[in-house]
Amino acid sequence: MNLESLYQELILDHYKNPLHKGLVSPADASVHHVNPSCGDEVDLNLTIRDGEIQSVSWDGVGCSISQASTSVMSDLVQGRTVDEASQVIDAFMEVMQSKGSTTGDESLLGDAVAFAGVSKYPARIKCALLGWMAFKDALVQLGGYRAKDSGEAK
Amino acid sequence: MPLDVARIKKDFPILARTVRNEHPLVYLDSAATSQKPVAVMKAESDFYSQHNAAVHRGAHLLAEEATDAYEGAREAVARFIGAKSDEVIFTKSATESLNLLAYSWGNAPSNSRFHLAPGDVIVLSEAEHHANLIPWQELARRSGAILRWFGVDDEGRIDLSNIDSIIDSRTKIVAITHQSNVTGAITPLTSIVAAARSHNALIVLDACQSAPHFAIDVKELEVDFLAFSGHKMVGPTGIGILWGREELLAEMPPFLFGGSMVTAVTMEGASYAAPPKRFEAGVPNMAQAVGLHAAIDYLNAVGMGQIHEHEVALTEYALSGLSSIAGVGIVGPTEIKDRGGVLSFTVEGIHPHDVGQGLDDLGIAVRTGHHCAWPLMKRMGVVATTRASLYLYNEKSDVDALLLGIEKVQSFFGSKGIGR
Repeated sequence: MNLESLYQELILDHYKNPLHKGLVSPADASVHHVNPSCGDEVDLNLTIRDGEIQSVSWDGVGCSISQASTSVMSDLVQGRTVDEASQVIDAFMEVMQSKGSTTGDESLLGDAVAFAGVSKYPARIKCALLGWMAFKDALVQLGGYRAKDSGEAK
Repeated sequence: MPLDVARIKKDFPILARTVRNEHPLVYLDSAATSQKPVAVMKAESDFYSQHNAAVHRGAHLLAEEATDAYEGAREAVARFIGAKSDEVIFTKSATESLNLLAYSWGNAPSNSRFHLAPGDVIVLSEAEHHANLIPWQELARRSGAILRWFGVDDEGRIDLSNIDSIIDSRTKIVAITHQSNVTGAITPLTSIVAAARSHNALIVLDACQSAPHFAIDVKELEVDFLAFSGHKMVGPTGIGILWGREELLAEMPPFLFGGSMVTAVTMEGASYAAPPKRFEAGVPNMAQAVGLHAAIDYLNAVGMGQIHEHEVALTEYALSGLSSIAGVGIVGPTEIKDRGGVLSFTVEGIHPHDVGQGLDDLGIAVRTGHHCAWPLMKRMGVVATTRASLYLYNEKSDVDALLLGIEKVQSFFGSKGIGR
């Protein structure tokens, strides 16, 4: 099977033992995102203190890719400044849109580079992005997300 | 006589191609869209290369030929479902067919039998595809009508136990699927039709999953309207069918307005043509109608009875195979009685999307997700399923590939500590 390259050990480990799963309340922003093509869902709570991500927690149902990706993301952005978190989101989006042509900057994306293989499967990109888009939405709601190459908060 | 599937497969060039990792394609997604035989592609191509012109207009030979071809397709559809030619309306899809009804009736004046008043009831079922659900939700919202629906049992079969309280004197419309696109369950129409008739309600049947698979006669079904699409019955995309009883269509207001659907137009207003033209504004999908004609000829040449028998045998084989794999749960009827060749299932511990990915890796094309039937998925207690669906060009070896594929997926994920 050629599945090994897609379902890397790291992805399946996060799927089996997801990090930061279980919603922490109260939170500054709570979002609910659905992948309309398959029905997978994620709830995400975000709290920001002094420009830093104090807490990202989530709950959801979904495939291994969406669950693992949300787990990796939530661990990756914990404690980062909102600007750093915005950069991480943009970098991950870039990898997802690359059709397999880039593996991503590991120093920025950490474990999230394991998802590079997903970008070769257009139907799965939404799975990998489900939790990330929820996080981005929560960040935008709190006025924290900064679009790439822009000094202004969007 | 059993179908000569090997010969049929040769008519569908796509079935000869290889997919991921050079695996031969095993196509088990015909409930989403069927593959097309050469005859259908050739008919469309011939129309464009030899006869293309706008139908019902133009004083030239090509316009005559195009009109003959288009109207010939209408006659073929009519014969296919036991209807009159003028009762067949071409749309772009079954979805449009159902929206046509919902919008036409929403436009009906208060003295029309199609008019809905606040408190009138539209009856659906929990098994509906979104295409036979949302147009009615919206019509109810616009008109003040109320939605009621039949529930389904644990196998996805429509529960008629409370039919008398669901279809009553306030019921104006009963819109229901003929066969579920998720569970394959075939709707017990007889008692629903009788109840609707007794309260003078209009009956709309969504035949998308039935018309391609077994012979349908609208006179025997005793419904008022029937919607289905060309692309699920080896025909082209972009062509849908709405059949309606002549006397009902005659009273219905138009839905889309424009050219071809009028008798006279002034700057102040217009009068509208008789059906079917009243409901076919604009230049229609002519090449697609011609392709659909070829599809019907193809299915008739094979024989709808033969196709049905073949699918019943294959579905039985698949049901028994799926049931024998530990950890696989069928979402839908497990017995062959009153069910078609749509097989939704779950694999314990492995998300349907991951199952589908694993099967795709082996060249097996299935559908995963909620199948545009979100309420039904909720009722069945699943977020999503994997769905394999069968058609005339599938054979036991395709089912065997699926069964073996599921076991390989289980063993791949199992070796990582996921699933069984």
